[in-house]
Amino acid sequence: MKKTEHILLAKDNEDYALLFRRALKSARIDASLDVVHDGQEAVKYLAGTDDYADREKHPFPKLLLLDLKMPRMDGFEVLSAVRQRLGFTRLPVIVLTHSDNPADVRRAYELGATSYFRKPDSLEGLDEMIHVLHAYWLKFNHFPE
Amino acid sequence: MLVQMAVERAALRLKLSAVKDGEEAIDYLLGRSKFADRNTHPFPKMLLLDLKMPRVNGFDVLDFVRQQPSLKQLPVVIFSSSDDPKDIQRAYDGGANSYLCKPHSNEDLSALLRALEEYWVKFNHFPSCH
Repeated sequence: MKKTEHILLAKDNEDYALLFRRALKSARIDASLDVVHDGQEAVKYLAGTDDYADREKHPFPKLLLLDLKMPRMDGFEVLSAVRQRLGFTRLPVIVLTHSDNPADVRRAYELGATSYFRKPDSLEGLDEMIHVLHAYWLKFNHFPE
Repeated sequence: MLVQMAVERAALRLKLSAVKDGEEAIDYLLGRSKFADRNTHPFPKMLLLDLKMPRVNGFDVLDFVRQQPSLKQLPVVIFSSSDDPKDIQRAYDGGANSYLCKPHSNEDLSALLRALEEYWVKFNHFPSCH
């Protein structure tokens, strides 16, 4: 990977965001991370409105990692806003959630999720997941412009 | 064929069924003609799809899958020798989940298949299509 890739994490839990950032760093992954804490912020970020109008500071991400349970606007609502209202059909959106309820999995794919991950419960699990995410998306996948 | 051999060589936990063109891919997914027996030809967790195929090409298969209510949630990963941005855009616009380019060497192919297995088999949760 030549240039730094940008990832947006939508997750209401600040501690988790810190752990995620730490895991990226310790795996020496050359990716920058922005974190938004609810669904409305995620949509604003992607639309580039309000606080996120400056694309130098808040670049459009290569990947969106999206929690389902978030205040104000949940992950399902974000998915349908991203795919339909905003029309970002090409952005890979990976759901990252506690739930492995088949109804949630199905609904996420129906709304246009690219992939669905259950959040690891341990730090080792998080490290491994980040390694796998990196290997697949940032090393092998080809992104649209 | 090459992929099948590489999967076996790398001892991946993947069971791979291969079809030779787009028409067969559609028949397989619908479980019709020679793929009617779901015990022998189980519905897949995901579809690894080449773009350049005789008769019905990969874009046509992708369009077909995304238009069928019973298939539209199936994860589709494009696996093509083309790295033409036009093909990449078109694949994502058509609803591909991911786009991989066929590597040139056996080593790179093994590395790619390993990443594919770890990502999709170990971590990803699939919708229950059938």
